[in-house]
Order: sequence, then C-alpha cells, then structure tokens
Amino acid sequence: MALASEQTRDAFRLSMLVYDTRFRSWTIQIVVLVLVALAFSWLVHNLVTNLAAKGKDIDFGFLWTRAGYDINQRLVAYTNDSTHARALLIGLLNTLLVASIGCALATILGVVVGILRLSRNWLIGRLMTVYVEVFRNIPVLLWILLVYVILTEVTPPPNAFKVVEGKEPLARMWLDGSVAVTNRGTNIPEPLFSRSLGNIDLGIFLVSLDLLAIIAVLAGSFFLNRLVVRAAAVRQEATGIRPATWWKSVLIWVLPVVALLYALGFHLAYPVFKGFNFQGGIQVLHSFTALLIALTIYTGAFIAEAVRAGVQAISRGQTEAAYALGLPAGRTMRLVILPQALRVIIPPLISQYLNLTKNTSLAIAVSYMDLRGTLGGITLNQTGRELEAMLLLMGIYLVISLIISSVMNIYNNAVRLKER
Amino acid sequence: MKRSVFLGTVAAAGLVAGYAGAGTLDDVKARDQLICGVNIGLTGFGAPDANGNYQGFDVALCKALAAAILKDANKVKYVGTSGETRFTALASGEVDVLIRNSTWTYSRDTDLKFDFAAVNYYDGQGFMVKKELGVSSAKELNGATICIQTGTTTELNLADYFKGNNMTYTPVTIQDDAEGQRQYVAGGCDAYTTDASGLAAIRATLPDRDNHIILPEIVSKEPLGPLVRHGDNNWGDIVRWTFYALVAAEEYGVTSANVEETASSTQNPEVKRLLGVEGDLGAMMGLDKDWAKRAIAASGNYGEIFEANIGAATPIGLARGLNAQWTQGGLLYAPPFR
Repeated sequence: MALASEQTRDAFRLSMLVYDTRFRSWTIQIVVLVLVALAFSWLVHNLVTNLAAKGKDIDFGFLWTRAGYDINQRLVAYTNDSTHARALLIGLLNTLLVASIGCALATILGVVVGILRLSRNWLIGRLMTVYVEVFRNIPVLLWILLVYVILTEVTPPPNAFKVVEGKEPLARMWLDGSVAVTNRGTNIPEPLFSRSLGNIDLGIFLVSLDLLAIIAVLAGSFFLNRLVVRAAAVRQEATGIRPATWWKSVLIWVLPVVALLYALGFHLAYPVFKGFNFQGGIQVLHSFTALLIALTIYTGAFIAEAVRAGVQAISRGQTEAAYALGLPAGRTMRLVILPQALRVIIPPLISQYLNLTKNTSLAIAVSYMDLRGTLGGITLNQTGRELEAMLLLMGIYLVISLIISSVMNIYNNAVRLKER
Repeated sequence: MKRSVFLGTVAAAGLVAGYAGAGTLDDVKARDQLICGVNIGLTGFGAPDANGNYQGFDVALCKALAAAILKDANKVKYVGTSGETRFTALASGEVDVLIRNSTWTYSRDTDLKFDFAAVNYYDGQGFMVKKELGVSSAKELNGATICIQTGTTTELNLADYFKGNNMTYTPVTIQDDAEGQRQYVAGGCDAYTTDASGLAAIRATLPDRDNHIILPEIVSKEPLGPLVRHGDNNWGDIVRWTFYALVAAEEYGVTSANVEETASSTQNPEVKRLLGVEGDLGAMMGLDKDWAKRAIAASGNYGEIFEANIGAATPIGLARGLNAQWTQGGLLYAPPFR
C-alpha cells in the first residue's frame, strides 16, 4: 500500500511518456495525429501551390454555363442548351437507374443461385459452382465489354427491318411487331395515355400525374389486400380453416388498375422503322443492357456466395425440426432457414450493393452516359475543370454509398437477432 | 479576413512555384529527352508502326523539335493520349508539348491555360458514312445515330450543326478512335464524325475503304496545332519557330536532302539567317545557331513531312488544300526570320 501511494506521488518525468503505460497510448495517438495532420496539410499545400502556379482557381461556376453537348439516354428533359449541372443530373439519374435495377436483379439471381448451389442434385450444384467461380474471378470490365460486343455484333442493323416492295425484310420484329432488337438497342412499345392527367413541374423535372395515379391505386390495392389476408388469418386462428383468398387478391390487384388505365386511355405506341432508326416507342440502348447484364451476373455471383454462407450458418437442427413438423422443403427454406440466414447475409450484401454501384462508373467503356461519362467525362473535358469535376464526382459517389449503407443498416437492425 | 490571408498565401506560394516551375527548355535539356504527347493511334498523324515506333505528321514535328533542342531527332519519348486525357497530361507536366490533332479554340487558349504555338494543319469537321446508306449530304442525316469521340470540339460542333439545320440525331459517345471505328464498322452508328483529316486516316485503314464516303460538308473550322502550357513563353517560342522554320524551309526550297548544301551556297539573306550562316537567331531563344538546320534535316520541311505521312501518295491521300503555302493559295505563312 505504502509503496503504491509513494509511486503515484512520483514527479512526472519525460521518459514516462514512452515507458509508462498510463501515458504511452496518449503519446502514440498524439504523435500519429500530428503526422496525419502534417501529411494532409502538405498534400493540400501542394495542391494549392500547383494550382496557383498554373494560374488556376477552384470555381464551380462552370456548372451553370451551357453544356452544349447531347446525351443519348435522358430520363428527364435535357437539350444541348441545358447547363452542365443539368447534364450532371442526367448522368446521376442514369447511374442510379442502372445501379438500382442492377442491385435488385443481382439479389434475385444471387439468392436463387446461392440456394441452388446447396442443392443435392449433383448437376445443378456443380453448374452453379461453375457459374460463381467463372464470373467472380474475371474482371467485371471484361464482362461488360463481352456482353456489349455480343449484343452489338449478333443483332441486325436497323435498316435490316426496312420493308421494301416485293422483298422480304432481312430481320423481323418480335411479339407481333412490337419489339425490335437492333445492333443499337432494343426498341420496345411506349405506354401512352390519350386522356392524360398531365404533369406537375417540380422545378427540376416534370412528374407524370398518370404515373402518380397508378402508384396511388397500387398502394391502395396493397393495403386492401393486406386487410383481406389478415381477416383470413384471424379466421384461421379462430376456426383452423383458412378461407381461400387468392381470387380476392387477384381481383383487388387487377381490377382498380385496369379501370384506371382504361379511364386514362392507355395504349401502346409501337416502334416503327423510319429513316435511319426506329421512331416511336422506347429505345433501350445496348450500352445500358450490357452494363446491367454484366453487373448483375458479376455481382450475383458474389451475392450467391453470401447467401450460401448464410444458409450454411444455420444449424442443421433447424431443418430437421421443420421437417419433423411436416413442413415441405420449399417452405422450410422460405419460412425457417432464410429469415434466420438474413442476419448473416445482409452485412456482406451491403458491400456488394456498394460495389455494384461503384462499378457502374465503368460505363464509359460501352458509351453509357452515366455520371462518370457526363460530369467526369465530357463536362470535365469541355470546361477543363478537372479538380472541381473530380471532387464533385467523388462527393456524389460517397453520398450515394453512404445512403445505401445507412438504408441497409436500418434494414439489418430490423432483421438481426434481438437480444433481450 | 481569413479568406484574404489564405489567398495571399496562395498568391505568394504561386509566385515562388511559378518562378521555380518556369523553364521547360531547361527541364528538357536536363532530362536529355523531349516528352511529346501524341495520338494513341491515328494513322498518318501519330500511330506506332509495325516496329512499335511512332510515326506520322504530328510525330515528325516532335522529331524536329528534339533535333533542334537536343541535336538528336530520336531523343523523344512519345506519350499516347486520348481525347479525354490529353489536356490533363499537358497541364500536369506529364508531357512537354502536345501535338495531337488538337483544335485551337478560345477557351482552350484562355480558360484551360494553354498556348497554341501555331497551326500545323487547317482542318474541318466532316462525316463519313457507308455508301449503302445512300446519303450524299450531311443535310440528309436527320434522325441518324452518330459516333463521336468524347472530350473533343467535334462533340459541340455536331450539336450546333444539327441544331442550326433543325435536325435531330442520337449521339454515341466513344472514348477513342479505335472504339469509334469498331462501332462504325459494326453498324453501331450510321455516321462517324471527326476532323476530315482524321476521317481520311480512318478510311485508309478500313479493308473495304471504297464502300465508305466522306460527305462534302465541312461543318466547322478546326485549326489543329501544337500546344504548350501557358506562361512559359520561351518554350512556346521554340515550338512556334521550329514549326515556322519547317514552313519557311518549304517556301525557300530547303529540303532535308539539300539543307547542308544550301547552307553553304545560298545567297538569300533570309535563308542564311534561318540556317544560322548569318547572325545567331537560335541564341535569342536559348538554342544554338544550327537549330533550324537540324530541325529541317530531321524529317524534312513541311511539304516533305506532309507528303510522306498524309499526302496524295499515301493511302490517306489528303490534298494540300488550305495547307499549301500562301504562295500556292494556301494558308501557310511563316513570319519573317529576322
């Protein structure tokens, strides 16, 4: 006791910063912090000095000047008279479009493949192994290029669809003349409304009231359907017999939407070959399709592995218990195994979503005008504002990634094992 | 307050850095090598030959520069740049001079902080289409899908041209000439647009070149030339006057074959000054007397370079047109050497 109290009263010596465990961790942290700050300030100073030496400044004013170039895939209105900021928005929307559809498709593919890989059927199991190993071990850029080249080289040029008097056209449209696949894109019918409700202008872009009405009706159907299913569940609890609800669900989902579409005068505009290209309809560019397919099958392979790991993490006893209760294999997987496996699957899934989103920046290889193609490509080159464009680009990708991360984390918290 | 202190520091640092950074000529001499930014692969202008050595109209100017400065036309390192990377490569100091079919525009000269030393090729944007398309004028391209290289002036000209003529088009933005050529040949686009000289060069490499035509419309002015970073005026002078030495050499009939003989026999005082027989023009920009002589000897005068790389006798087969000497009705006009 006496010895200890004597020690604490010892005068502070400089060497104690290194040898005394009470101070050492602080010393190390402060030294590291200073070094990091120095390195960072050196980098910033270097940048500022070099910019000044070239007579350049950091100025984001270029965003409000006329862009002057055209973009082939536009989800909202854009012409070459729009600003660079507008071009940025077009690129951002194109990035988000391919990323969101890609994430959804990759998840479906990954879950199916991941479960099939565990199949007791030797052929299916091996096939899925081959798929996973082939796709995740080859760089995604090569897959993007391969899919794109296949799509553009094996499909006919648009003028092969030209109808010349007395001659059979070289290529035919599919599905009763509504879909045409050319070497530039897939032309599909466009939904149009003859008694349209019009648009509301949000300042940045127009929102179709027709679309909003359809979404509202679908949401109504969703809640109505839930009521019906709940009522059935209550009935089952009480009597042990579940009343048939499928025909009610079908009616609830289909009738209101069909009625609305009829009221709006819904019809399809078929693409027609005229001049150089197909006119009318929607052209889904091959650059988009190729990027989507390649990202989906590439990321799907990784997700499949995450799903397999998650399923295998659930103890065998759970399956046996479910079988003992008489549940068939499909229901066992859907109702017992997968809900528990989700806890293991979600965290790696988040990083796969982030990877897919960031991999969309390879789009320029197939001329898809994503954020990297507009802001980081043409705008950067035409204005010469490399630093500003790159900073913006990094900032936007960072924000997208953080949003995906936080949304998925909320979901993860909802499904994870809750300890009480 | 804080901001002005910050800006003051920036300015002070800039002055110091600007002083230290001036002198590309010294850098090149110290390195004993010229780093020249050229096209990754545009036959006739800048592309590696079968042995991997860069050859072409633009490359010849790199060689002339190296000969003038370093006394050896082979002391050049060629850096292939795409339409997208070229200006960053020059601005960052990765290359000393960029000679890569780059159009002299106002904003590149001022806002991007470059200096265009001269115009070595007067060009204009054109369109190439397949004959089977049955198009004979760019005005008939309404609704067409058109391949363009990203980061170029052609992108903006294209938008302007179609707008001006009340036509629409679908752009396919590609990264470099090679990908553009693949897309065009595969039918990914109806027309390919770039500088007419570039179209001629691409057409020359196509196996079925007779099935492709370059439409008569030239929709823009594209003065192509070598460019350097803004602020190093002496280095800009060296690039400018080396180029004009080649132009003047053609005007006065000095060729790579007769340059030595002309230097000893000529009576023309301007040629004497150019070749360093009289006076010492080279010293005024930090070179020796014989700089122009070596530059001309490297790959010949402007006319020789033109004919050897892109002239009528080559597969590219470009006529001199605007790029003839002013005495022949062209635009090439070297200021006096005095």
